[in-house]
Amino acid sequence: MVSVEDFGEYETEWCPGCGNFMILKAIKRALAELGKEPHEVLLTSGIGQSSKLPHYLKCNVFNGLHGRSLPPAIGAKVANHELTVLAVTGDGDCYGEGGNHFVHNIRRNPNITLIVHDNQIYGLTKGQASPTSELGMKTNIQNHGVFNTPLNPLSLAISLDCSFVSRGFAGDVDHLTELIKKAIQHKGFSLVDVLQPCVSFNKLNTFKWYSERVYRMEEEDHSPKDRVKAFERSLEWDERIPLGVFYVNEKPTFEDHLEILASGPLVKNKADPEKVDELLDSFI
Amino acid sequence: MNTDLVIKVGGAAGQGLHTIGVVLAKTFKKSGFNVFTTQFYLSRVRGGHNTYQVRICNEPIRAMTEKVDILIALDEASINEHLNEISDGVVLVDTDVIKIEQMNESIFHVPMLKIAKDVCGNKIYSNTVAIGAALGLMCFNFEYLERVLTATFQKKGDEIIENNIKAARAGYDHAKKNFPSACKFAVKEPLIEDGRMLIAGNDAVALGALAAGVQFLAAYPMTPSTGVMTYIAAKADEFNVVVEQAEDEIAALNMVLGASYAGVRAMTTTSGGGFCLMAEALGLAGITETPAVIFLSQRPGPATGLPTMTEQGDLQFVLTAAQGEFPRCILAPGTPDDCFYLTAKAFNIAEKFQIPVFVMSDQYLADSLFTCKKFDTSKIEIDRHLLSDDELKGKNEYNRYELTPTGISPRAIPGQAGFTVVVDSDEHNETGHLDQTIDNRILMNDKRMKKLKLLEQEMEAPQLYGNKKADITLIGWGSTYGPLLEVVDILTSEGHSVDHLHFTNVYPLPVDAIKNMMADAGKIVCVENNATGQFAKLFECETGLRVDENILRSDGKPYTPEHIIRALEQKKVI
Ligand SMILES: Cc1ncc(C[n+]2csc(CCOP(=O)(O)OP(=O)(O)O)c2C)c(N)n1
Ligand code: SF4
Ligand SMILES: [Mg+2]
Repeated sequence: MVSVEDFGEYETEWCPGCGNFMILKAIKRALAELGKEPHEVLLTSGIGQSSKLPHYLKCNVFNGLHGRSLPPAIGAKVANHELTVLAVTGDGDCYGEGGNHFVHNIRRNPNITLIVHDNQIYGLTKGQASPTSELGMKTNIQNHGVFNTPLNPLSLAISLDCSFVSRGFAGDVDHLTELIKKAIQHKGFSLVDVLQPCVSFNKLNTFKWYSERVYRMEEEDHSPKDRVKAFERSLEWDERIPLGVFYVNEKPTFEDHLEILASGPLVKNKADPEKVDELLDSFI
Repeated sequence: MNTDLVIKVGGAAGQGLHTIGVVLAKTFKKSGFNVFTTQFYLSRVRGGHNTYQVRICNEPIRAMTEKVDILIALDEASINEHLNEISDGVVLVDTDVIKIEQMNESIFHVPMLKIAKDVCGNKIYSNTVAIGAALGLMCFNFEYLERVLTATFQKKGDEIIENNIKAARAGYDHAKKNFPSACKFAVKEPLIEDGRMLIAGNDAVALGALAAGVQFLAAYPMTPSTGVMTYIAAKADEFNVVVEQAEDEIAALNMVLGASYAGVRAMTTTSGGGFCLMAEALGLAGITETPAVIFLSQRPGPATGLPTMTEQGDLQFVLTAAQGEFPRCILAPGTPDDCFYLTAKAFNIAEKFQIPVFVMSDQYLADSLFTCKKFDTSKIEIDRHLLSDDELKGKNEYNRYELTPTGISPRAIPGQAGFTVVVDSDEHNETGHLDQTIDNRILMNDKRMKKLKLLEQEMEAPQLYGNKKADITLIGWGSTYGPLLEVVDILTSEGHSVDHLHFTNVYPLPVDAIKNMMADAGKIVCVENNATGQFAKLFECETGLRVDENILRSDGKPYTPEHIIRALEQKKVI
């Protein structure tokens, strides 16, 4: 039996009251409830306040570069597909600096879970606009307010036929825990975009602001199999913000296509230099 | 008599130059000759003017010479641009197809198209007629060509094989019968069927990686590196390799680092432009101490530059790429043998020292074909330097960056029961967790940089060619090796006192060994394919020795021995 305590308690560098604490709690609970042992789990991340999360629980950690939480996650998953791999990142990290990897890993469909702490702001660098910042939001760089159309990660993911698309809220840990569990259990690339209030820099999208708008899609009639309906839901924002699983499409994963993985993880194979002899003969 | 002949094929992209060149090269090799080929091509799929050049010799050869004996002209540009390279040679051209303004006695008309139609009923065989005609001028034993054509078209069926042989035979007979001085280039085949290979640098790198047990390759296509990726992809299922075309080079190296962290041998392949995008991830390899092999095939820059040509212009960039300081290793093969053995070695160094290791090649080495002895796979050692489950069991805790006297920390991988492996791009302490304290920074930076000193002791001394204590020592790195060997041979035979030191272990330089070897060196002349003498700078700065002259070339073309000798004369070195 694995318990939440097995993942330890660490001192964090987060501001008191930040939504990140709830996401950490939900991740630990989800892993424990799924019976994952720390050594079976790999968390990769980029750079940002959110990307520090892997340091705050006991597990394998690859804390890489800003924007690059996904590529090492794919590399590691291919090397050892028995690992449970989660990429933990921020809205700036994943949708801005690392946008290309977001798009192409949806297409690649590796069996990993992507958790995006979407606080609609750059936290670590003290409050600049992120790709998901609201129109009109003023910062000390966007002095006239944001005028670039916000990126809608869920619509984008659904339009790319992402295998699992969901949204959680840091203020609803129970719901978020269940969502992360589903995402980990789903075979394929699973997006969990998490609405995460940043108490220090985002004075617009506060706990209160989100709480007044969010609702659970499960409580209404929503079928995650219907891509067009899912897309419609993903467009809801100002008045009511849906939480839950928007869209699921079971399809072969990246690893499924790699037939050589069927006999076991790549990392277990041994080199045999002399096997190259046959190839050398073809140059004679 | 010593044979040393050059056949050049000129034509547009899409006209089949490559096939002509390779068939000729294989035919000569089969008969026992040493063969060397180079390609000059433009970055386009159709049109333009490209050449494929084949040199044959009884003696070992490692470079192209400038005089051409037989020119197979498949387009007008071949005549306009290369007629002057022929002094006592012959141009084979189908004047029914290509208008010649001024015929002269070195131009020999071969009705390639007409013969192809007459003999095979199809003009597509006209290139094969040309191959036959070239061999006809040499009164070459036709049987070798027949064997090579049979093997080349094996997959296409008997009819195609027969047509090719018929077309070649007709071209051969035409030349033998109609060329005024029959058998002008008659050669005597050395007849040694000795199991040698005919291989390009890129293929040798790919084979070296497979021999070393590469398990994961992520890359983004870029000439002239792509051949390595393509070769490994073709053998991936057989050798249990995952090859993934990344969305960009940033992803490629970051994927490689993730895979390597998780315990497999991983590499990427790229050229300068792609490597620019990898620079930040190179630093990530440095600070996380994650092994990685980076195959970098150079082409002239900056930016897109000359995509299909050659240069050694990226050394200083590779030496310093990425912010901050961390150990790295640069190996630069000069021959296919080097490509094979050094690539395999790169994986061992990467894992032993937990650093990024470069194999730096260039278009010239990538695309040229060489004859060489079959590589000896029994010489390839696999040193993984990983902690086994049993070794870990004895530990109470595992710290990825444990401080040790060498600076090298024992490496475990994620998934090993009971332990976790933590790595961080931030400065971190022994546990791998972020630590910004000054004392820790000093410890960790020292730990990493210590490995560079240790690595220096493992770097191999340059290879000496020629007599030690010569008046002039030519130094070079990587692909200039072949041309420089021939320069030493030519100049020595003319009575000059010259030797060559060839550097394949480029960084860190084995300074003590170099100083010993060069204690009583005469004039030091550094020859390299770039505009600023990048290796010379490294050499001077690391060894404290002076380079007396720089011979430089950065027009996109590789060195020929003649070019180097002219430059030495101009600089009054000889
Ligand atoms: C290449 C690079 N560019 C810029 C930075 C500076 N930087 C660090 S985190 C960050 C933005 C983080 O935003 P987000 O991913 O939303 O994380 P948050 O702090 O909001 O959780 C930036 C710009 C960096 N570390 N690396
Ligand atoms: S800056 Fe914002 S997101 Fe970062 S820890 Fe503080 S409150 Fe949380
Ligand atoms: Mg953010």
